Amino acid sequence: MLETGKKYYTFADNGEGLELDCGSRLGPVTLAYETYGELSAAHDNAILILHAFTGDSHVASHPGLQGEAALPGWWETMVGPGKAIDTEKYFVICSNILGSCMGSTGPCSLNPATNAPYGLDFPLVTIADMVRAQKQLIDHLQIRRLVAVIGGSVGGMQALQWCLSYPQMVRAAIPLATTMRHSAQAIAFNEIARQAIMADPNWNNGRYGAKPPELGLAVARMIGHVTYLSDEAMRRKFGRRLQDRHDFSFHFESDFQVESYLRHQGSKFVRRFDANSLLYLTKAADYFDLTGSDEGSIVGLAGADIRFLVISFTSDWLYPTYQSREMVHALKREGLDVSFCEIEADCGHDAFLLENERLKNMVRGFLAGVSKNG
Amino acid sequence: MRFDLQVISSWITPGSRVLYLGCGHGDLLYHLQSHKNVRGVGIEADREKAAFCISRGLSVLQENFNEEILDYPANHFDYVVLSQTLQQVYRPEELIRNLLVIGRRVIVSFPNFSHWRGRLQLLCTGTAPKNEHLPYEWYTTPNIRVIAMKDFRKFLATINAEIVHEVAINSHHHQKKGNIIHFLPDWRATYGIFLITARNR
Repeated sequence: MLETGKKYYTFADNGEGLELDCGSRLGPVTLAYETYGELSAAHDNAILILHAFTGDSHVASHPGLQGEAALPGWWETMVGPGKAIDTEKYFVICSNILGSCMGSTGPCSLNPATNAPYGLDFPLVTIADMVRAQKQLIDHLQIRRLVAVIGGSVGGMQALQWCLSYPQMVRAAIPLATTMRHSAQAIAFNEIARQAIMADPNWNNGRYGAKPPELGLAVARMIGHVTYLSDEAMRRKFGRRLQDRHDFSFHFESDFQVESYLRHQGSKFVRRFDANSLLYLTKAADYFDLTGSDEGSIVGLAGADIRFLVISFTSDWLYPTYQSREMVHALKREGLDVSFCEIEADCGHDAFLLENERLKNMVRGFLAGVSKNG
Repeated sequence: MRFDLQVISSWITPGSRVLYLGCGHGDLLYHLQSHKNVRGVGIEADREKAAFCISRGLSVLQENFNEEILDYPANHFDYVVLSQTLQQVYRPEELIRNLLVIGRRVIVSFPNFSHWRGRLQLLCTGTAPKNEHLPYEWYTTPNIRVIAMKDFRKFLATINAEIVHEVAINSHHHQKKGNIIHFLPDWRATYGIFLITARNR
C-alpha cells in the first residue's frame, strides 16, 4: 500500500469556529500533520517543528513506510533516527500551517457555506492564528509541555509566537534564520510577489477554479527564490554562464543559466502550490511583529521559563544577522536564558535547510541540555 | 582545566549566577555547571568556539562583550569573570566599571608584566619581554595593554573598587598545574587573579 504518512485533525466544527486575530471565526479547521518516533508514557518528549512559508508537514521520511511517506522530507538532514533531532528520543510533530494548501485548511479548501473554494472569502490569518490552530492539535495529542519548538524563517516566527502565546507549554525554542518583525525590505518583496499573482488575468479576484494564475505564481516564486539565495551562491552556482548555447540569442529567451534556473523553479512551484495561499501566507508574515512600543523589546515574555537558541547565517539578507541580534537583545532584557551563534554559510537564507555540521551539533547539544534539566 | 580557572572556580559559590566574558571553549562554565550547579552565561566572539560551547549544552552568546554587557540590569550576576582578556581590551576602565554594575563581584585575571624575567630581559637586552606567557613580537601581539599587578591595584583604588581576594600564581601558559605565590608576588607571579567589588555598594 502506498502511504503518505499524513494524518488529519479537524476541530472547531461545532459551529463556533476558531477565533482569529482579524475578528472573524473559521470552522471547521483541519490540520494535516505527521509524527515521527514514539510519544513517551509521560507525554514529555515531544518536539514541534514549524515549517517555513511554502513548506509542508513532511519534515522527514518515515522509516518503514512505503511510497510518498518514504520520500526525503524538507529537513531530512536534521530529523530522523540518530540525527540532531533524534526521533529515537523525541516524538516529533510537524503540521502544515493554517492558510496553506498542503492538507490544512486554507483559501483553496471548500467553504462549507457555499460548497465552493473559499478564495478571497478566506479570512486573513496571522502567525498567531497558525499557532492557535497548532495548539489545538497539541492538546488533541495530549501533550501539555513541548520539549522544544523549532523552526526557520516563517517557522521561526511561529516558534517565537508559541513562546509568547503559550509560554507554559514550551521548555525551549530554536528560532533559525528569522526575525521578530518583518522588515520593510521583506514586506517589499512579498508585495511584488502578490502583485505578480494579482496582475495575472487568470487570477480573477481569487476565483480561478481549474485555470490558476500560473504565470503570476511562477513570477512570484522567482522573486521569492532570489531572496532565499545570495550574491555569492548565485555567482558560484551560475556566474554568467549561458544555458545550452555558445552565444547570446539576441531574443528574450533564457540566455543565462540563472534565468533558466529561475524559470524552472517557477514552473515547478506552480505544480505544487496554490496562488491564493501564497497571498495569504505572505500577508501573515508581513503582519508579524512582536516588538513593543520602543521597538527593541518583546512584550509579554518576562519571567517565562524558556531556553532559547537563536541562530542566523552570514549571507542571509532576507532576515540578516542584525535582526537575530535584536531578538537576542530583547530576550536578554526580559531576563531569558538565550544562546546565539551566527553560522558562516554562503547560500543565503536557504542555508538553514542545508546540511551543516555546526548547526547539527548545536541543535543536538542544546536539546540534550534542555532534556537533562527537565 | 587551566590552573587560573581552577583558582577562579574555587572562589565561586555553588548555585550562583555567573557571566564569563571571552569564555573560549567553555571549560570553566562546563565545570561550574556540572560541579557547582551554577547558572552560567558565556560571551565569546569567535564563532567556532561559541558553537562548540552551545554544542556542550552551555548558554553562550556569540558576540562582542563590550556592547553585550550593557543589556544586563544592575547586580544581575553574582560573579562576572574576565580571564586573561583584560590585556586585550580597548577601554578597560569603562569595561571594569560596567562589570562592577552588572555583577556583585568581578573576577579579573591577567598576565603580570612585572615578573622578574621580563624586568631582567628589558634591563639586560633592551628588548621588550618575550616569553612563554607573552610569546609575541610587539607587532604581532593581540595584547594592547601592559598590566603589572601593582598598576592594577592602583587602578582599582582610582575607580573605587575593593579587593576581596587577590592571588598571584605561577603557572605555565595554558597548563593545569601551578603554584600560588606568597613571597614577592609582584616579582614572581606570571598571572594575577583579583576578586573585586564596588566600594559602598
